[in-house]
Amino acid sequence: MRAIVTVIGRDRVGIIAEVSGALARAGVNILDITQTVLQEYFTMIMLTDISGFEGAFSGLADLLGECGERLGMSVRIQREDIFEAMHRL
Amino acid sequence: MLGIDEILETNEMIDRQHLDIRTVTMGISLRDCAGSGATEAARRIYDKVTRSAEKLVRVCGEIEREFGIPIVNKRVSVTPIAIVAESSGAEDYTVFAESLDRAARELGIDFIGGFSALVHKGFTAGDARLIDSIPRALAGTERVCASVNVATTRAGINMDAVRRMGETVKRAAELTAPSGGFACAKLVVFANAVEDNPFMAGAFHGTGEPELVINVGVSGPGAVKNALRSARGAPFDVVSETIKKTAFRVTRMGQLVAREASLRLGVPFGIVDLSLAPTPAAGDSVAEILEEMGLSSVGAHGTTAALALLNDAVKKGGVMASGHVGGLSGAFIPVSEDAGMIKAARSGVLTIEKLEAMTCVCSVGLDMIAVPGDTPAETIAAIIADEAAIGVVNNKTTAVRIIPAPGKRVGDTVDFGGLLGTAPVIPVSGGESGTFIARGGRMPAPLGSLRN
Repeated sequence: MRAIVTVIGRDRVGIIAEVSGALARAGVNILDITQTVLQEYFTMIMLTDISGFEGAFSGLADLLGECGERLGMSVRIQREDIFEAMHRL
Repeated sequence: MLGIDEILETNEMIDRQHLDIRTVTMGISLRDCAGSGATEAARRIYDKVTRSAEKLVRVCGEIEREFGIPIVNKRVSVTPIAIVAESSGAEDYTVFAESLDRAARELGIDFIGGFSALVHKGFTAGDARLIDSIPRALAGTERVCASVNVATTRAGINMDAVRRMGETVKRAAELTAPSGGFACAKLVVFANAVEDNPFMAGAFHGTGEPELVINVGVSGPGAVKNALRSARGAPFDVVSETIKKTAFRVTRMGQLVAREASLRLGVPFGIVDLSLAPTPAAGDSVAEILEEMGLSSVGAHGTTAALALLNDAVKKGGVMASGHVGGLSGAFIPVSEDAGMIKAARSGVLTIEKLEAMTCVCSVGLDMIAVPGDTPAETIAAIIADEAAIGVVNNKTTAVRIIPAPGKRVGDTVDFGGLLGTAPVIPVSGGESGTFIARGGRMPAPLGSLRN
């Protein structure tokens, strides 16, 4: 199953390291990364494959939520399907 | 891979424009709960509802978490209780409403719909008992919603039922006077009621429906309004296209959630209701969409045309996004539940006459309107008759959910709290309709009903 991780907040050192580290420990494979700075905010989108994560989706969401708290940023994960449904025929 | 702008746009719609799934409603047939003895039938109803919808709230919570989309309400609709209760021998059907209320509390859902009767052509003994029980049943329960269908395009208007519903609405208001007549917020009088409506208070599980079904209602007035900002000053062709695109996206999301819920609950998917349902929250208003089109306030001349365009574009955009479209499908205009409507009603720009005109071109009818507490039952009945006529002649669903707020006068406010919002008390016509309503009988079906 594929999921999108969205990271938004003020830019700082170590964002990718923190998020990708958390994902690696959870067994989540990163398939693609896009990042940009929008209106002074660092914005990163990661396409991930979460089939390697053992446990309920909510566990992964909690894990990334904690990661966001450590960074002082918004970090969330959503299944890719919702974006596909809204933007692809 | 999806574009960063697409992902951010979706999350912006959810975070800032109140885009959500308004309701996942499980329809449950209670036809196998009928039987002799009210206590036994009420027990069967409780058992079946709690067993069938046991996982509803938990599964919706999981879907919310995984997709990151709020599912605001989880609800249940049941077979019209007049049908289920008829063979029980009970005179007062309040016991069945209490059973439904207990089941709703046990499931953790805010409303359960189906304390209902379909009497468009006449009453069975069970229908009459159910209608007599409505005021007590709604006053004595918290989460039960009632509806009565008094007219169809095929059958015409049952004017005896219209008269009784005028009295029923008044009685329900009186029994809940301390809460501003709150029982009336849970009571809908329909013409051309649909069997698969997921929205309260008018949801019931029709007799043509399967054993269990999942129906989903989407929302998103804020997202439509935001999209229209980019089309300021553009001609209506552009306005329509813009709304269609947003409605398509919103409905695709609804379809996705409906499919997931259906799969995980092991219950067939019924329909997605292509709706724009407001809430009292700022930026979640249908009125504000009409104002974004260029009206200074909803209720100004041009409102009916604006609403007609909105309703049409929502359907055109949504219909391709879902395999099965149904329910009420269109824009809702509940006055107390829409910040823009509340403001316009309070200022006097939005009147009951204009609202009636608006119901000719949108989803349902006169919805969540507070009128003075001394409005006679015959006047309420006449308001119902007018709405029923609009529905019957135009082959569409119309409804009346009106609150004659006890002790309140024009200019007062009734606060229902939560999603039901705040209703300014607005005036009704000063003319009398008593002699008209006293006639009773049936208004024949219009010529347009003979389509075979």
